[in-house]
Formats: sequence, structure tokens, C-alpha cells
Amino acid sequence: MATLTDPPQPSFHFSQLIYDTRYRSLTIQVVAFILIMWGLFELVTNAIQNLSALGKDFDFGFLGNRAGYDINQRLIEYSNDSTHGRAAFVGILNTLLVAFLGCVFATILGVIAGVLRLSKNWIVGRLMTVYVEGFRNIPLLLWIIVIFAVMTEGMPQPRDFRGEDAEASMILGQSVAVTNRGVYIPNVVFTRSLGGNEMSEAADGVPAAVIPAVSFGDWALFLVALIGGIVVSGIIGRWGKAKQEATGIRPPGLFWMRAASVVLPATLVLIALGVTLDYPELRGFNFTGGVHLRNSLIALWFALSLYTGAFIAEIVRAGIMSVSKGQTEASSALGMRASWTMNLVVLPQAMRVIIPPLISQYLNLTKNSSLALAVGYMDVRSTLGGITINQTGRELEGMLLLGAFYLATSLIISAVMNVYNNSVKLKER
Amino acid sequence: MSELHSETALDTAYVRTEMLPEQTPPVTVSGPIKWARENLFSSVWNALMTIISIYVIYVVLVAILPWMLNGIWDAGSLNECREIRDARGGSGEHGHDVACWAVLVDRWDQLMFGFYPSDLYWRPILALVLFLTAIAPVLYDSLPRKMLILTVLMPFLCFWLLWGGSIWTPIVVALGFVLGWAVVKFGEGTLGSMLATIGAILVPILFWMYLTGPLISGLHSILPIGIQSVESRAFGGFLLAFVIGASGIILSMPLGVILALGRQSDLFIINKCSVIFIEVIRGVPLIVWLFTAQLLLGYFLPPGSNFDLMVRVIIMVTLFSSAYIAEVIRGGLAALPRGQYEGADSLGLNYWQSMQLIILPQALKISIPGIVSSFIGLFKDTVLVVFIGLFDPIGFSNAIRADTDWNGIYWELFIFIGLCFFICCFGMSRYSQYLERKLATDHR
Repeated sequence: MATLTDPPQPSFHFSQLIYDTRYRSLTIQVVAFILIMWGLFELVTNAIQNLSALGKDFDFGFLGNRAGYDINQRLIEYSNDSTHGRAAFVGILNTLLVAFLGCVFATILGVIAGVLRLSKNWIVGRLMTVYVEGFRNIPLLLWIIVIFAVMTEGMPQPRDFRGEDAEASMILGQSVAVTNRGVYIPNVVFTRSLGGNEMSEAADGVPAAVIPAVSFGDWALFLVALIGGIVVSGIIGRWGKAKQEATGIRPPGLFWMRAASVVLPATLVLIALGVTLDYPELRGFNFTGGVHLRNSLIALWFALSLYTGAFIAEIVRAGIMSVSKGQTEASSALGMRASWTMNLVVLPQAMRVIIPPLISQYLNLTKNSSLALAVGYMDVRSTLGGITINQTGRELEGMLLLGAFYLATSLIISAVMNVYNNSVKLKER
Repeated sequence: MSELHSETALDTAYVRTEMLPEQTPPVTVSGPIKWARENLFSSVWNALMTIISIYVIYVVLVAILPWMLNGIWDAGSLNECREIRDARGGSGEHGHDVACWAVLVDRWDQLMFGFYPSDLYWRPILALVLFLTAIAPVLYDSLPRKMLILTVLMPFLCFWLLWGGSIWTPIVVALGFVLGWAVVKFGEGTLGSMLATIGAILVPILFWMYLTGPLISGLHSILPIGIQSVESRAFGGFLLAFVIGASGIILSMPLGVILALGRQSDLFIINKCSVIFIEVIRGVPLIVWLFTAQLLLGYFLPPGSNFDLMVRVIIMVTLFSSAYIAEVIRGGLAALPRGQYEGADSLGLNYWQSMQLIILPQALKISIPGIVSSFIGLFKDTVLVVFIGLFDPIGFSNAIRADTDWNGIYWELFIFIGLCFFICCFGMSRYSQYLERKLATDHR
């Protein structure tokens, strides 16, 4: 009995570091920490040694040097006199552009395909299965190259549009030209641009006219009006909800008020700036005017959208199927219409399942946009991680910056996803 | 009673005494017509969709089928193909109206084996057969368990067959694993499990670092058995895709399990290291990692050391895929009810025992679909090596087009490559569905 009441001996043996589970975890961690630090130290010393052997230093100063190469697609001002840093920024914007376009298009495709795959119509269901399996099981790179080849090999040349009985013709009311050099679509331009308009010279019989132009300020103003409208619409919506909860009556015409508050200011801005369309025209050997969407962008955009759309279709299907049939039945038993059942019962529950994998698909799409290399689209990997590295010989710095960009993008998106997940998580227990 | 019966039988003559033969239901509610009404034309909207779908299928088939089926299989170049087509009378204004499959026949060896010496084609083929035989007992447990011995030996045999060289290389490398196993087997009693585990990791590493080289050259000088060695540069086409894909799949699985356990671990440093590793690897596209392997790995290795580009690619692909697999398995680990962990603890099992016997079998079962889809992703991603100058099937399709004989050939090559990938990936996903059904133990 005495042994039970004896206080534990405050002795410590070194063998406890190995055999006592209380201390063993500490030992393992210290050993692991030392090993990892040693490994990192080795890597860094190797890198320093190798760099000095090659006569290189570790310096990001090259970002301020003249780039000296052209980028065929740019969203901001850039010429070959600009710096490498600006080239990298142009690349980042191009990556984000194709990622954004791809995400929008992939979501539309994926939702349609996912819903249709659940359709009772046998043949439609099978067609969608073929689409989903076909795109999920064949490498994205192959799709990018195939679509690029369709564009460059399958489409008519600009000269085919010439003449009275041209072999090819523009589509959508003579506004869009699909050629093997890319797709030309009308551009939105303003006759009273904030950036100022030039006048064309008056020739005999033809008076001087304003040449429509476009500037950054125009679109900024438009965006401000649009966002302002959305905010106002949100305020009206909240007011309507409060009123409904207080009186039980929904203010009449609420939807139209909200729609008008979004559409009206933006439309007024456009009219005030004198919006017109600048159509592409065949001049010489090529089309001028309008916006030129290069084949590289089209191929990358479509391939990314179709490929990711197939994955999103599966996510949407799984999400809708995850809502148990009892929910639908219960809502019908409450007398809800089919559309209410979908909007108020099924979708909110399906969204909780759909959103997290959907966002990780967006992330995948953004990372997959680095395959732009295959078709020569100038994304951040091609500018910063390609030409800049080749010209300056700064592989280490360039790849680090490139990795940091992708990592930052994906960490930001994961953080947003975690916030969302926590907000929609089922509050249990 | 009998009187009553006979009476009714007499009086009510209109009551039928025998059953009528069953009539077939009306055509509209049975058979194909019923099926079509229910599945294709149940509403106006559905009927419209059906008609649109049939029209789409019709247009696609009319465009593609004659092109594919009338394809030319016997020609030496694209021009010959066009001549044959014109001779048939099926000439078109531009492009070719029929497929020129002859390119596949002509360049079959390149698409499959790359620059592998043509007199040694039997070796990759044998390696493939060996690989398939060796993974069969893993995939289907109705096969005899003794075949697993072949599975264990397969990586070394395949390595030797593909790269050739002295037979002692794979044997000595395998010896390292045997040493590690021996340390665990015989050291556990005397050293305790933890020291034995550390020994089992350290001994083989030290063995490979310091003893392997001299041992191989020594043994080879005594008994020079070997086959002609083939350089990694000679690998190409689907051989390359298969080698990178299969090694990546085999190597990334254990690494993924370890990373997942690390991420779920209570040990602070190990947990944080695993998290950082997984997030960094997943946050950056594979293509950037491949360029890192090509351009930067040299900086981080001891000066003067240099190893094969293909080995670097395999390492990168493995690391990349193991991070994804770790996340999938972590999902499986998190999905297990807490009671399973507590139950394992209350049985007095230590960490590795509880993981091996209770937790991992269940967690892996839950994660099968995710793991297989990462494998599919890995296999598809092997085509990215074209960007760092290795000749995978897509690289060869570009190379073939660069040849004057086949300049301008696109669709036949793309269709063939796509079909090969589709068969492999679709097969994998079907197998995972089979496995899921087989392992489903919850009775629903």
C-alpha cells in the first residue's frame, strides 16, 4: 500500500527521452527540426557556392532594366523600352484575364452540363456523359493544341473575306470575323471620351468628324456607376426586406426598382460618353479596327473552359444529388412551387457542397493557364518566367518571383474559401 | 352448399368459368415505344432537346465517320496519301477529305518508344508485361498471393530492363531495402521500436550513399553480367509517359500517406513542415516545378553533381502528386469518426500499430476515388515534360509534323494520342469505381 501513496520520484533518465511517450515526442521533434535545418542549410550553402562559381549574385535589380522584347497582347501600356518588371506585370494581367474569362465560361458550361447530366432525357444525359468523360480523361495540353490547330488550320484566311462572292463571311450581322489569325470583334468606343478625341481632317465634301476613342477613365467611370448602382440596389433590397418583415407585405415593384438602380446609372454614363461600336473592317491583307482576340487567347480560353467545365459538371451533379429526396418532397408537401423548391430548398443546400470544390477548380484553372506556353500566349510564365529569364540569366530570382505569384494567388483564394466554408458550415452540436 | 353452387352455375350463365388469356399491353405503354415516350419525349421541352441532340450527333457523325473509316493506312507521306485519295476520286478543295492513318503506321515506333534502340524493343515490352503481371495481384485479390513476390521485385527488374547496364545495380540497390527490413526485424527486440525505425531509415541511406558504388563496380568486375545500357535521352513517346507516370504513381503513394499523417500529427514542428510543404507544392503549377527541376535543381545540389533530367522530372512529378494525394488522404483521415482513434488507443496500440491496423485501412478506403483521380491527373500531366525538352507523345507529334513527309498532319496524331490517354485514364477511373463497390462495407 505504501507504494501507492508514495509521491512519484522526480528523477529523469536520458532513456526516458526514447522510451517515455511524454518526452519522446519532444525528442522526435528536435531531431526532425535539426535534420530540416541541416537540409536547408545545405541547400542554401550549395546555392551560394554554385552562384559564386558562376559569377552570379542574387539581386532583383534586373526588374528595373529595359526589357527589350515585345508582348503581342497587353492590357496596359507596354513597349519594348519598358522594364522587365512592367513586362512581368503585363504577364500577370494576361494570366488573370484568361483565368477570369475561363472561370466564367467554365462555370456556365459546367452548370449546364451538370444539370443536363441529371436530365430524365436519356440521349441528353448520354451526350453530357460523353462530354464530361472525354474532357476529364484527355490531357488539357492536347485540348489546347487541338483547339489552336482548329483555329489556325480550320478557319478561313482574311483574304477569303474579300470580294463580291467571298468564300467566308462575317457572322453576327457583319460584326464578328473568325479568321485563322484570330477573331475580330467590335470594340466599344466613345465619341466624348474622357481621354479626349481627335478630329479627322476635313476633306472635300466630308466635314471633319470626331474619331471615337477609348481611355482608361471611360471604363473607370462606367465601373464606378455600375458598382454604385449595385450598392444602391443592395440598399433597396435591404429596405424591402425590412419592410416585408415589419408589415408582412413586400413593397410592390421591388425587383424592377433594384434592376433599374443597377442598369440606369451605367447606361446614362455610356450615353453621356457617346458610346458607339467600332467594327472590324478588312483593309489590305488584314482586318483593322475592333478588338483582335488572338488564336492563342481563344485556344487557351476555350480549352481551359471546356476542360474545367467537365470537372465542374461533376461537382454540380454531385452537389444536387447530395440533397436528399426528402427535402424536395417536404417542400412539395408544404405546397411550394417547383421553382421555389429549387431556389429556396435544394440550391442553398447543394451550394454548400458545390462551392468548396468549385473554388479549387478555379484555382486549378488559374494554375493550368500556365500551359499558355504551348500556344505562345504571353502570360506571366512566358514573360517573367520565360523571356525575362532567358535574357537576364536570372533563373533563381525569376522562378522565385513566379512561384511567389502563383502561391500568393492560391493562398488568397484558399483563405477566401475558408472564410466562406466557415460561414456556411452546418452549425451542429 | 353444393346445391347453391350448381344453382349459381346454372342461373348465372354469363359468369365466366375459366380465365381469359392475358392480352399484351398496348404498344404505347410497353417496350421501346414506352421507353422512348418516358425517356425521350416526356414533354415538349424534352422532345425538343432530343431532336436537337440527335441532330448534333448526326452532324458530327456525318462529318467524322466517313473521314475516319475511309482513312488511308498505307502511304509513306502526306503527299502520297493525297495522291491515293485523288486516285480514289474523293478529292476536295482544301485539306484532306479522308484520314491519313498511314502516319501512325509509319511513325508507330517513334510514338511508342521514342529513340529507344529498335533491336531492344523487346525490353520495354517485356517490362510492360512484367509491370501488368506484377500489379495484377494488387488490383485483384482473387489472384494467388504468391504473385506479390513478383510485385516486390518488379520495380528493380523493370528498371534493369529499361535502362540496362550491370545486373548488380538493381540487386545492390534492393539489398539496401533488405538491410532496412533486417534492422527492423532483428533490432526491434534489442533496440526498441523507435531506435529500430530510425536505424531502418539510416542504415539503407548510409549504405546507398557510401557502399553501393564500390560494391556494384566490385561485383561487376568479378562477374560482369549485364545487358546493353540505354540512356534516358533515348526514352520517348508513350514509353516515356508510362515510365514517368508509373514511377510517379508508385512513389507518390507512400510519400503522400506520410505527408498526410504528418499534417494530422500533434507534433508541432512535423505538422507545420508538412503543411508548408503541401501548400507550397500545391500552390504552384507543375510546369513551374518542371522548369525548376530543369533550371534550378543544379543550384541546390553540391557543386559538380549532376543527374539525369528524367530522374529530376520523376522526382518533381512524385513530389507534386504526393502533395495532392496527402490532401486527399487527409480528407479520409478527417472523415473517420473520433471513436476509431480512441478505440485504437484504448486497445493499447501504439501510434504506428493503430495507424496500420485501424485508421489507414479505413481512411484509404474512403479516399480511393480521390487518390485515383490524382493518379489520373498525374498520368495526364506527364505530357507537360514536352516543355522541358523531353519527347513525350505530344513532343513527337510536333516532331513528326516538322518532317517534310508529314508536314501538315494534325488530327490523326491528336486523335491517336487522345485515344491512348483516354483508354488508360478511363480504365483507371472504372477500376476505382469497381474497387469502391467491392470495398463498400456499409449496408445501405
